[in-house]
Amino acid sequence: MRIRPQGKQPRQAEKQPSHSRLAGARPQETDCANAQLDAVAATQALTQGGDSAYDSGVKIDAEASALRAYAIGGSPPRREGPEKVRGQALYVDDLPADFYGTGEVELVHGVTVRSPVARGRLRAIGFLPGVPWDEIVVVTAADIPGQNHIALLENDQPCLVSGLINHAEEPLLILGHPDRVIAERARTLVRLEIDPLPPQLDLDDSLRRGTKPDAGPNDVIWGKDNVFKTFTIEKGDVAAAWAGVDVIVEGDYETGAQEQLYIEPQGMLARVRPDGSVEVFGSLQCPYYVHAALMAVFNLPADKVRIVQTETGGGFGGKEEYPSMIAAHTALLARKAGRPAKIVYDRLEDMVATTKRHPSRTHIKTGWRHDGTLVVQDIDFRLDGGAYMTLSPVVLSRGGLHAAGPYACDHVRVRARAAATNMPPHGAFRGFGAPQSVFAIERHMDEAAAKLGMSEIALRKKNLVRDGQTLSTGQVLRERVDMRALLDRALALSGYEAKRARYDEENRRAAQGQGGMHAQRRRGIGVATFMHGAGFTGSGERYLASKVTVDCDATGQVHVRASSTEIGQGTNTIFTQIAAEILGLPPDAITVVRPDTSQVPNSGPTVASRTVMVVGGLVARACQQLKTRLVEAGQGMRLAAAGYRPQQFRAAVQAYLAQHGTLSVTTEYEPPPDVQWDDKAYRGDAYATYAWAAYVAEVEVDLVTYETRVLDFVAVQEVGKVVHPILAAGQIEGGVAQGVGFALYEKVAWREGRMANGQMTNYIMPTSADVPPIRVEFIEVENPRLRGPGGAKGIGELPLDGTAPAILNAVAQATGLRLNQIPLLPEDLLAAYARAGLENG
Amino acid sequence: MRAYLPEYEAVSARTLVEALTLLAQGAGGLDGPAQPPGRRWQPIAGGTDLMVLFSAGKLPAGRYLDIWGIEELRGITVAPSHIDLGALSTFTQVRQHPLLACEFSSLTQAAIESGAIAIQNRGTLGGNIANASPAADSPPALLCYDAELELVSLRGARWVPYAEFHTGYKQMQRASDELIVRIRLPRLSAVERERQVHYYRKVGTRKAQAISKVCFAGSFVRDGERLSRVRIALGSVAPIPLRCPRTEAVLEGAVPTSAVIAAAQEVLGSEIAPIDDIRSTQDYRRTVAQNLLFDFLAQAALH
Ligand SMILES: Cc1cc2nc3c(=O)[nH]c(=O)nc-3n(C[C@H](O)[C@H](O)[C@H](O)COP(=O)(O)OP(=O)(O)OC[C@H]3O[C@@H](n4cnc5c(N)ncnc54)[C@H](O)[C@@H]3O)c2cc1C
Repeated sequence: MRIRPQGKQPRQAEKQPSHSRLAGARPQETDCANAQLDAVAATQALTQGGDSAYDSGVKIDAEASALRAYAIGGSPPRREGPEKVRGQALYVDDLPADFYGTGEVELVHGVTVRSPVARGRLRAIGFLPGVPWDEIVVVTAADIPGQNHIALLENDQPCLVSGLINHAEEPLLILGHPDRVIAERARTLVRLEIDPLPPQLDLDDSLRRGTKPDAGPNDVIWGKDNVFKTFTIEKGDVAAAWAGVDVIVEGDYETGAQEQLYIEPQGMLARVRPDGSVEVFGSLQCPYYVHAALMAVFNLPADKVRIVQTETGGGFGGKEEYPSMIAAHTALLARKAGRPAKIVYDRLEDMVATTKRHPSRTHIKTGWRHDGTLVVQDIDFRLDGGAYMTLSPVVLSRGGLHAAGPYACDHVRVRARAAATNMPPHGAFRGFGAPQSVFAIERHMDEAAAKLGMSEIALRKKNLVRDGQTLSTGQVLRERVDMRALLDRALALSGYEAKRARYDEENRRAAQGQGGMHAQRRRGIGVATFMHGAGFTGSGERYLASKVTVDCDATGQVHVRASSTEIGQGTNTIFTQIAAEILGLPPDAITVVRPDTSQVPNSGPTVASRTVMVVGGLVARACQQLKTRLVEAGQGMRLAAAGYRPQQFRAAVQAYLAQHGTLSVTTEYEPPPDVQWDDKAYRGDAYATYAWAAYVAEVEVDLVTYETRVLDFVAVQEVGKVVHPILAAGQIEGGVAQGVGFALYEKVAWREGRMANGQMTNYIMPTSADVPPIRVEFIEVENPRLRGPGGAKGIGELPLDGTAPAILNAVAQATGLRLNQIPLLPEDLLAAYARAGLENG
Repeated sequence: MRAYLPEYEAVSARTLVEALTLLAQGAGGLDGPAQPPGRRWQPIAGGTDLMVLFSAGKLPAGRYLDIWGIEELRGITVAPSHIDLGALSTFTQVRQHPLLACEFSSLTQAAIESGAIAIQNRGTLGGNIANASPAADSPPALLCYDAELELVSLRGARWVPYAEFHTGYKQMQRASDELIVRIRLPRLSAVERERQVHYYRKVGTRKAQAISKVCFAGSFVRDGERLSRVRIALGSVAPIPLRCPRTEAVLEGAVPTSAVIAAAQEVLGSEIAPIDDIRSTQDYRRTVAQNLLFDFLAQAALH
């Protein structure tokens, strides 16, 4: 089935009701059908699909149509949408001191004093006159009751510096005052005495110096060799394979840091209760990450730390690990001040201090036969992790696992390293290492095609992986994969082949001065084929062992409890759809509980495109079990499987509660038995499943100004079942827009390890005027092996992977230059022309 | 917001006289010796430049005089020989004015390409000039059209050719007690207008909400094969919005052959003085400025 999301689509569920899989999902209920219920016919119509509900003349009442809108595959309105649109949604900075019943009327506002240098030793701190310092609360490392680190993979990152400074903008102390303006002024009156040390600002430099034999204290800045993590993926016999190749292609590829630029800057509100327990409310993606971090900083047991997510204006990974830092600072301030505290970053601070996408460098060497068969791939993938480990090993994993691309190749080596530098720590950002390595391999494919004298399409088609074949880790693809169909569809939608030929001809004529009005314009069209692993890498899901609880209260209201956060992507709506579909209830009978560690179990972080597939799967299973429990407990008379009214469900719940006291089901992730991963050897099933895609970008380069404009974009993908077509299309469009920024606009101006352009005026995110029309198409393939709800896979990160290489491949056609570094700003393109001019004499 | 609020004082003036009276205080005129800058009143019009500095904590502490409500500074009036734009004319008012679009299309274009709609509703021409940013977008157009500014204080009114107004980075011929009251654009004769060619190109960091990396405005009146009344002005390539008389001189009266264009590009390259900064490079700015000159003359040839 093909879904073409259009601008407004609330009726799609009616026009294209979900199909057979839904009917198939209910066998055991059909067995105990009680045909006397009046909604049966309507519900059957719903589960069977087609317009038969209308044809059969059955009157569909409001309840039934609400049900239909919320079915999986429908596009109901977002649950929290009305409040957001009306400005009623409360973000952390909107919360008053007593919002959560603290009874307090006054907050202290905190500001963070940060390091001006990339590396050094903090010797002394002085306070200059100009503010009433006796009213200002000053928090230093000495005020930390527990561990001075932010707990994550490795506890190397301090909460507040106590001696050695390892990156610019590193937090040194927190100042608090009830008047924000005075706190802000105080920040400018702190005098820092720092002995500067030479920083390491280049990733390859750091790798080299970390391993040189006579390495001194200024060479090794982290661990024993400046390496956060390294691994090698090996398949076949790379060393021997070169003997059998006709053509060798080699290239270097580079990607830059990218800021997440969620619309709501980061912030937290905290209070410390009389019993010493700590509560934090704020903008975040992963409540249990913050929870773990605060337990360590405060040396408290789990039940004495409570983390609540407030309405969150975007995350993109930027609110994955850094919120732990801000939460710790805010809670420390609250503790010392003896009243609630709030720290909210402004845009400048958010941009310069929080994490960004890891900059990367990749070297690729491949061997080919004349007919275009890919024989061997040798890939060296390096990330700049910044000063502390944070999530770099995991980002490196995902990057390395995607580095060989969606191609069948018998001999593969991927060597991956994440280096420590004195840059601010780089962190999670949508795509999580894959956009970096996919950029490299997809540019490389075009370069290989050029060298082999083949079309980039033919070369891809020859080598794209099929089901039954293996990826670089030896993972056998057991799901149905048809990359060629996706590619063909993208080519057809974009008119690729004809345009590619036409632009070659037009560019040639224009270069000869025959372009008339457009003598200075060059056009190009480019493609990228790629995949994105859904869910955590390797054994990640196994370790997480995520849980979801679904319970019912005495009114019959269903509560879905998960720590997955709504960060603008639609978690609330999709969990509602899943629960509504399985329980056969209208949306308002379902409450998706606000993530609060005292109210929801740990269903893992909201990352890795896992929320729908993994956590949604747990929600589905919990709802299924809840219903089964009601039926088995003798409520079957009330709950005919084929359909019932909400009142009947409520009555069944009440009867159950009267008998049993509570009705609650918790499901836990069960690793599929056939998914096996070896963490040490990097062998096996790296991901339970993959989303597959083919993207095409069309560009125009203006040789007067060296500006590149993306004219058109086609994004075709297979993501399993599309649970909510409008939200899904929104994910793709937003991801493509971010990819346009990654490719052509967003460049961090680093000056001695500090971001010098921390404002939206100077860090150039594309506007709607810079983003092309984006045509999104989902191709659904019947894939009985898929385990997500209705067969859904991950989707959120996918569009970041292929957008930049498709664009650069198009720019390469337009200019005829080798362009292997992004972001490619007009200044960079001019420089590339100058270099090419020199090379060509 | 990083500003320290208690250090700012602001009042709103309702009339021009009221505003000029406040501006005169402390300026070293009628009512006593000059005061230090922090004690003098500084105008604030749309606030779209000043508020950015304010929230970044970079606006000097002091006294700010809101002139937004002064009727005498508003309105676009058309006379046979010129058009007058009140200093408070917003970008929106400029872009919507039909006669400006006909006769001074580069200015219309500058307004269209400034910021985005919200900024255009609030940002003023007077503010764009007096903010004295070399990257501002209307100055190259104004320079091309031989604009003149009327400056007024309690001491009196005077007209200054805009080409002489900016004297160095953020330096201008405006005394601290003066307001820019209006901007005058002299109109060409109907015959000349018929033969006038306008070219305006803003090279910003993106399509909207962008600061110029290079901004080029050019115009000439066609005289058979030859160019006359050649005007070339650029933004973001020097400490001030720059008119380029030496480049103009190469083209004035000339037939724009390849050799002439190349010579003009050469002179332009030495007439501008671009720098490397956070938004672009010296090399890019110089090359693109020269390319734009070529584009201007090539496009003009096609008219
Ligand atoms: C998001 C954003 C986008 C922008 N985009 C652009 C752009 O694309 N192009 C561009 O050129 N600018 C841009 N700007 C800058 C700004 O909008 C313009 O410079 C605008 O014209 C300033 O006018 P204003 O009335 O708001 O000035 P204000 O901020 O009120 O004042 C600016 C300066 O002018 C002085 N001043 C104002 N009026 C007078 C007067 N009548 N007499 C004497 N002095 C006076 C003030 O004292 C102050 O020094 C942008 C600003 C923002 C915030």
